[in-house]
Amino acid sequence: MSQKVMLEAQHVSRRFAGVLANDDVSIRVERGEIVGLIGPNGAGKSTLFNLIAGALPLSSGTIMFDGEDVTSLPATKRCARGIARTFQVVRSFESMSVLDNVVVGALVRTTSTRDAHRKAREILEFAGLEHRVDAQASSLTPSEKRRLEVARALATDPKLLLLDEVMTGLTPTEAQKGVALVRKIRETGITIIMVEHVMEVVMPLVDRAIVLNLGRVLFEGKPADAVRDSNVIGAYLGERHRAPSS
Amino acid sequence: MSRNPRQRELITLAVVAAALAALPLFVKDVYLQNVLILTLMYAALSQSWNILGGYCGQISLGHALYFGIGAYVSTILFTKFGIVPWFGMVVSGGLAALMALILGYPCFRLRGHYFTIATIVIAETAYLLFLNWDWVGAALGIQITMRGDNWLNFQFARNKLPYFYFVLVFACVTWLVTWIIEGSKWGYWWRAIKDNPEAAESLGVDVFNSKMAAAAVSAFFTAVGGSFYAQFVSYIDPESVMSFQFSLLMALPAVLGGIGTLWGPALGAAILIPLTEFTRSYFGGSGKGTDLIIYGVLIMIIALARPEGLVSLFSRRASKQAAP
Repeated sequence: MSQKVMLEAQHVSRRFAGVLANDDVSIRVERGEIVGLIGPNGAGKSTLFNLIAGALPLSSGTIMFDGEDVTSLPATKRCARGIARTFQVVRSFESMSVLDNVVVGALVRTTSTRDAHRKAREILEFAGLEHRVDAQASSLTPSEKRRLEVARALATDPKLLLLDEVMTGLTPTEAQKGVALVRKIRETGITIIMVEHVMEVVMPLVDRAIVLNLGRVLFEGKPADAVRDSNVIGAYLGERHRAPSS
Repeated sequence: MSRNPRQRELITLAVVAAALAALPLFVKDVYLQNVLILTLMYAALSQSWNILGGYCGQISLGHALYFGIGAYVSTILFTKFGIVPWFGMVVSGGLAALMALILGYPCFRLRGHYFTIATIVIAETAYLLFLNWDWVGAALGIQITMRGDNWLNFQFARNKLPYFYFVLVFACVTWLVTWIIEGSKWGYWWRAIKDNPEAAESLGVDVFNSKMAAAAVSAFFTAVGGSFYAQFVSYIDPESVMSFQFSLLMALPAVLGGIGTLWGPALGAAILIPLTEFTRSYFGGSGKGTDLIIYGVLIMIIALARPEGLVSLFSRRASKQAAP
């Protein structure tokens, strides 16, 4: 297996009580890439994320990560291998301090809480949360909570980072800062897949876009081509708006 | 930076323990000494409960089972086989921990209230089994034979002070164990599990095994407390060591004082246990249930006014947080 490929989902399906949330999805993500996973509501983006992160078992298919088959590994083990994620609905450890939230992430690589604290502080600085280190997580603003989730995931030293709608609910200024953070993360060599349904946020940021619709891959390619693709436009806006030619 | 508050906690413990150790110099009344012993015992038991319930967030209302195992195992070893209670204490702790692992295996697949209900049912089942188990005295219980006052047999019929010092050390040990856990990887993992198990899992936290470890540690110390109690009262039956009331009395001080905090259980016990004992002796048998009314009222007040528990009154961080 070529080490150029970071993640490969092969013929992945997931069924929920009769509904096929992911239907024979195959995607491939290369090392160092930022891939945008987009699609309208209910397209199966979050399901695919959960399958990659190991939060849900697959109905069929395989997931290869960094040259190894991780299909049967639980989320905990996949994190140890180098897959980290954030959640669409933020899941901070509310009763803990911002620092301690990140320490939990850092502890997957070390048993020393002292080392974990040092690393957590570095990462909080990297993520622009150094002024909130001692605050309780429950007291953060929504955009700070998003940042905290990213910091916590980064603390696990991931090779692949899954960002699930991290820009959702942010003001335009906050979103801009978010975009800058994602770029900074990529510069450290981490491969990123981001789910986003706000197209204008992801398009300038990602190297490649994968559009899902009704559980299937509808389009894969350059972001600029995605917005011109008539199938994509049809999925987002309905058949009436489909471009007449193409 | 994060070291200092932790060291301050240790110093606080040393001061509190020293003050308590000097207390018998002033408290000569046997009844009051009794109340002190029970208060410290419940502080220790509630701290043991807090390890699983407060830090790891797995609310058990069946800890009377481990308390009962502690009381019965050391008592049976002593009365039937002549084995000193010290050994029985350790053996019963080990057995209770093993029991916690066996029960945890199926039960930790349950979440929240369902887990709690399972713990109640299991403890009640065990209570009924012991009530009908002739070899362990069934409903009649076991009278611990007196072999003279000494530390080896851990029997003191007249002077209660040795029990007081033992239980003081026991409370300090459970506190220290909690303190160590709090600063370790396990402490972070357990609190993460309590707050959000899915997020914890995504960060590499082994949720299932963490819960198992917390349950084993918690059960061990609960059983040690049970062995102590058996020696202290020198007569046990299922009603007096395994009834649901004990499960409540282990959880309530922690809830009242501050769940998942170092000082919550001790603070809660210091209020709840004397109150229980005094009302019980004041109202006597006719007032049976008065203590339960008091628990109910206290819990309602706490739930409404201070859901974090009384310990938050002393914490600077909490008061800062309260200000907008």
